[in-house]
Amino acid sequence: MTAKSTPAGGTAVVRAFFWLPRSARAGALILVVLVIVTLLAPLIAPHDPNAIDPTHVLAAPDLGHPFGADALGRDVFSRTVYALRTSLAIVFASVAVASLAALPLGTAAGYFGGWVDQVISRPLDMLLVLPALLLAITLIAIVGPGSIVAALAIALIYLPILARVQRAASLVVAHAGFVEGGRARGWSSLAVLRRHVVPNALGPLLVQAAILAGFAVQIEASLSFLGLGTQPPTPSLGLMLSEGRDVLTQAPWVEIFPGLAIAVIVLAFNLLGDGLRHRLDPQGMAS
Amino acid sequence: MTALLDVRGLVVTFPAPGSGLRRKRVHALSGVDLSLQRGHTHGLVGESGSGKSTLARCVLGLQRPDDGSVVFDGTEIVGLRGSALRDIRRRIQPVFQDPLGSLDPRWTVGRSVRESLDAFGVGSPADRERRVRELLDLVGLSPDHADRHPVQLSGGQRQRVGIAAALASGPDLIVADEPVSALDVSVQAQILNLMARLQRDLGVAFLFVSHDLSVVEHVSSEVSVMYLGKIVETADRADLFADPVHPYTRALLDAVPIPEPDARLVHVPLSGDIPSPIDPPSGCRFHPRCPLRVDSCSREHPVLTPVGTLDSAGHTPHRVACPVVLPARP
Amino acid sequence: MLQINDVRVRIPVAGGRWVEAVDGVTLAVGSGEIVGLVGESGCGKSTLGGAVMGLLPGGAQLSGQVLLDGRDLGGLTAEEYRRVRGNDIALVSQDPSASLDPTFAVGAQVAEAIRNHRDIGRREARERAVELLRAVGIPDPGARYSDPPHRFSGGMKQRVVIAAALANDPSVLIADEPTTALDVTIQAQILHLLRDLTVRTGTGVLMITHDLGVVAQVCDRIAVMYAGQVVEQGTVRDVFADPLHPYTRALLDSQPAAHHRSGDLPVILGQVPDLTDPPAGCRFAARCARVHDRCTTAPPVVETRGGGRVACWLHDALPPVAQEVS
Ligand SMILES: Nc1ncnc2c1ncn2[C@@H]1O[C@H](COP(=O)(O)OP(=O)(O)OP(=O)(O)O)[C@@H](O)[C@H]1O
Ligand SMILES: Nc1ncnc2c1ncn2[C@@H]1O[C@H](COP(=O)(O)OP(=O)(O)O)[C@@H](O)[C@H]1O
Ligand code: SF4
Ligand code: SF4
Ligand SMILES: [Mg+2]
Ligand SMILES: [Mg+2]
Repeated sequence: MTAKSTPAGGTAVVRAFFWLPRSARAGALILVVLVIVTLLAPLIAPHDPNAIDPTHVLAAPDLGHPFGADALGRDVFSRTVYALRTSLAIVFASVAVASLAALPLGTAAGYFGGWVDQVISRPLDMLLVLPALLLAITLIAIVGPGSIVAALAIALIYLPILARVQRAASLVVAHAGFVEGGRARGWSSLAVLRRHVVPNALGPLLVQAAILAGFAVQIEASLSFLGLGTQPPTPSLGLMLSEGRDVLTQAPWVEIFPGLAIAVIVLAFNLLGDGLRHRLDPQGMAS
Repeated sequence: MTALLDVRGLVVTFPAPGSGLRRKRVHALSGVDLSLQRGHTHGLVGESGSGKSTLARCVLGLQRPDDGSVVFDGTEIVGLRGSALRDIRRRIQPVFQDPLGSLDPRWTVGRSVRESLDAFGVGSPADRERRVRELLDLVGLSPDHADRHPVQLSGGQRQRVGIAAALASGPDLIVADEPVSALDVSVQAQILNLMARLQRDLGVAFLFVSHDLSVVEHVSSEVSVMYLGKIVETADRADLFADPVHPYTRALLDAVPIPEPDARLVHVPLSGDIPSPIDPPSGCRFHPRCPLRVDSCSREHPVLTPVGTLDSAGHTPHRVACPVVLPARP
Repeated sequence: MLQINDVRVRIPVAGGRWVEAVDGVTLAVGSGEIVGLVGESGCGKSTLGGAVMGLLPGGAQLSGQVLLDGRDLGGLTAEEYRRVRGNDIALVSQDPSASLDPTFAVGAQVAEAIRNHRDIGRREARERAVELLRAVGIPDPGARYSDPPHRFSGGMKQRVVIAAALANDPSVLIADEPTTALDVTIQAQILHLLRDLTVRTGTGVLMITHDLGVVAQVCDRIAVMYAGQVVEQGTVRDVFADPLHPYTRALLDSQPAAHHRSGDLPVILGQVPDLTDPPAGCRFAARCARVHDRCTTAPPVVETRGGGRVACWLHDALPPVAQEVS
């Protein structure tokens, strides 16, 4: 099944950290640093991210503006810090929503099988075959653009993928002797799900979620880039990329720094996902 | 004396794998009768796919039969739900084949052993801990084992844990599905001895499922032989092994490789493959492989019929489902 | 014929340590002879089979000699070994499904086993494959030739695997638990088939099994392995009639069939020692009913009746075997 030694107890976080393979620790560390940066954004950012400064239009990086300034003279460093905040929030929210929905759906489909599986899996399979961006754009066309809608759109793209992974993992666990044993020992099906199936089937879902989180940054960026995600003037990494593209030749820093930030996030999630896969999904159920 | 367990006319089918609108069905059990006395061990033998595990799961209330009844100590358990089912489960406990797969890898041994105590809310947490230690001692493990995880135990130790967990709720009947099949002979002997001791000391009855005839011969008081979803012969242990009547039982006994070089088998006892339970043969299910078959065998369904008379102790009479061999006997 | 001389295999495990899975095994399999290799799980039976097949896990170290028809397999390159495998030595393992490609016709897989090693035409290979399928008892082999494996039962698949293994008339067949996954009536058929084929073709078989019944039924000689070492070997008749090593005796005694009437079965307490750190002296000492002071040093291998051998201090008065190791 899953891990031989899984973290539990008081110093769980520290133990969980050292239980990860080395490369995954690097990924986790980067993410922790990024989250702290976004939490402390008001302290870290030297300028108001939206403050327009005509005297600094497309200014090159210097001490006052370490990442330079954009077409409106706004401080790229401060905007990147705040954009990180928006983007990470969208990433975490979308993956969390999708995982929380996928967990009960996939578990029920895998454990009960039969018509329960049909009722759950068929519609999700249909979602899966639709092109991801089309799905997102349709949703946004109905509800209107914005950060929350972008997060929901990403969650909708991810739900069938995560549910499928959770279904496969639950299916395997459902046939383990200890699951039948749990029922024979006097527990109800629901209690057996909670006590045996979910804890043992969770690994691949976590792995898949971490891997998808990396892609979520890119989807968020694409949506914002297309003007369908976060709305200006709120900074998001995708939005900054699209603004930077127009001035790429004169002021590459407007484009480079948010681009780098995206690359770092993707890298961190991939490192984490790979490491988790090592520990939690040795059979490689997550794609 | 009424039987502790009385199974009558049990029928179980499953949808056959594959798709299609009118799916065929796997006939796992096709009218099975079996009874088990308090404190006895009833051995159930048969080749893979004969329906042994399905029968075991019906008795445990884990599989709802299409038809038939399972009466445990006077209570019909087919169709029981909720608290009534829970009350019965307390008294019928399973031991499974794969000792690793039957223990949650994330749980400590103590928690696995405690599982039914927790389910039925027996005593205080401290009482349960004490009981876990008693149970571990009973199956020959030390109290330290309570804090270990299954991967840290040997196969034999894991099966001891499985038995301790089954004993926790104080069952009258343990349904053991191939409990020693995954173990080395040396370890197998330890587990068989343990089960025999528990039966002597606690009076618990066993429904003992195995494909290994020598193991069944060693542990059972009564034995039933299954073939493709039906019981073809049932008898006291001694009768069955000394005087097998059904042609399949005979072939099965002949096929067991006995560890005596002087008793080498000179012919293949049974040719052909076990037919699929999706389209079982008509009439007697054994007829395509039976050396004694006659024309009527492919049409008539043999029923279990007593051979000889009931013995004085009122034990299960020797019964055989084969009209062809029966008339020839006194 | 196969001659294994003082073979040792070490397999690297975590923490820079080594499992000494096989430790100084000397064993021969003659032409047309079936030798049973028995012992508890983890005693090194499959590893020894792997050493002969040239299929050891990565990083494993092999020493000693493996001679096949007088040729030392130790010095072969990977490519040379590939040519020996399936031609001079072949393997039949426990799970026939894992040995067959699920997407190819069974007949084609047998024909391919032939064409891999011989320069013959498709047609001829097909004819020979059909013949082999008939020889292993597949009914109507011409028609079943193009069936995929999933149309075959477990016993039939094992027959196909045996057909492929015998395709090139190997000198030796390594059969690692060939019937463990099969039902008894099917097992009896396969054992008969193996017995029959060895008599007809002169192929020698090293039959790895945990079932002493199987050994008694089909083997000519038996080798008992414990913790990486062969502790006793001899003809099946001699060893079953009068097991000399306490481990052999204990194994035979713990068979339920040997004790028809109820009553406790004799058991072997404890378990096979951890082979990363095998005990000094006799490796069976911790579980031996007849352990005594001399057992803290390794017992000598001595010669018994009928060319057998045993390694136990209870028999040190017997003549020692000459060291035939280079
Ligand atoms: N790839 C491997 N890596 C590490 N240790 C190994 C490996 N293969 C085998 N071993 C170890 O070598 C020893 C012998 O194993 P082997 O599989 O040969 O035993 P066996 O006698 O065939 O057992 P079984 O009856 O269970 O098949 C064991 O201690 C085993 O754990
Ligand atoms: N849950 C299930 N779904 C479909 N078929 C099943 C299921 N359980 C058992 N079967 C089938 O029923 C038959 C009897 O199986 P089983 O009771 O496991 O036999 P045994 O324990 O004697 O090997 C087999 O053909 C098996 O494939
Ligand atoms: S009824 Fe006929 S086919 Fe069936 S066992 Fe008897 S003789 Fe054989
Ligand atoms: S050498 Fe000693 S310990 Fe080893 S088997 Fe013989 S008597 Fe037992
Ligand atoms: Mg079964
Ligand atoms: Mg092996």
